[in-house]
Amino acid sequence: MQDATAPKCELKYVSPAAEIQVGIAELKVTGQPDRLITAGLGSCVGLTLYDPLTKIGGLLHIMLPDSTLFSKVTKPAKFADLGIPLMVAEIKRRGGWVGNLQAKMAGGAQMFSGANDKFMLNIGERNIVMTRLILRGLGIKVLAEEVGGSKGRTMILDTANGRVLIRTVGTPIKVI
Amino acid sequence: MAESEVISGLYMDALQEISNIGLGNAATALAELLNKKVELAVPKARFLDFEQVFAMMGGVEEVVSCVNLSLGGDIPGTVMFLFMEHSTYNLIDMLMGYKLGTTSALDDMGISAISEIGNVLTGSFINAIGGMTGLKMNTTVPMFAFDMLGAILSASLVAGGHWGDKILVIETLFFQNYDQIKGHFFLLPETGALNRLFKTLGMPVEC
Repeated sequence: MQDATAPKCELKYVSPAAEIQVGIAELKVTGQPDRLITAGLGSCVGLTLYDPLTKIGGLLHIMLPDSTLFSKVTKPAKFADLGIPLMVAEIKRRGGWVGNLQAKMAGGAQMFSGANDKFMLNIGERNIVMTRLILRGLGIKVLAEEVGGSKGRTMILDTANGRVLIRTVGTPIKVI
Repeated sequence: MAESEVISGLYMDALQEISNIGLGNAATALAELLNKKVELAVPKARFLDFEQVFAMMGGVEEVVSCVNLSLGGDIPGTVMFLFMEHSTYNLIDMLMGYKLGTTSALDDMGISAISEIGNVLTGSFINAIGGMTGLKMNTTVPMFAFDMLGAILSASLVAGGHWGDKILVIETLFFQNYDQIKGHFFLLPETGALNRLFKTLGMPVEC
């Protein structure tokens, strides 16, 4: 099954899986052996949902907590309250079992040091709280999280095993 | 968002011209601080989406330092200075009078040096624009971050309220001795902030 996508180069180890980029305020769902990656999470929250049985997983890059504060919503994946149900629906459509879903979260950092009214709103923290709230409402368990603090993060979901890799500047890769 | 459609090429030109004057002043200030010649690219005013803003700077995971100041007064918005990791160290060396290559990590001293540069440059930028247009502007205390470009930019955009799908970005590159110091300047006016500027310039926006 791993031969489906052959390595590009035989001399060097190249992951046989495709690495799918998930941009800011985007949502993508895929199945094994692909990897989903979102780079540079600051105050944004990255959320992965994974069904270990069917090995279907999704990654959502949440920018803002609450869409109801905005009059016009063009990109639902930007918001925790709209993006998460949308990802669940997409996983379901692709044959994943909603009852199996395991959630992992990363991001929601406070990137800047210094006091400033605009940063006092702490969107990172609000993104984290809202994401947890929506997940609880959907009955999805949070298996692991790597949130808060002041470091930017890159998040990678390996749909082959459900592991999530967290990359930060100046520290080794962490697996959650 | 109707404002974005109204702002035509003419207004973009005016924005670029205004920024050019402000940034010319800022570049002079930087040259005086460093006692070295600083070159400045022509500023561009454009509506961009997030991915385009990131792409302008290089990789999302590239390490940069960023000084972020909020503008208050007649043109509320956000000003950001970004320096690539290597430029950050070179900048500290030049400011402190060290030999180039001395600094290879960031400490508190370095952070305050870079923040101060952001402060001085933004000050001279708004003074030049204020002097020409009579508009009143002020800045907040600089905020500082040193991390992945994507994380810093997205956090700045969100904190500054620039969460629309398209963001008005006035941006330029300044450099000293080719690549020894390479910095990006961003001005992100708040939605609605520009009407007053255009009116002052004698070109009111007709909606």
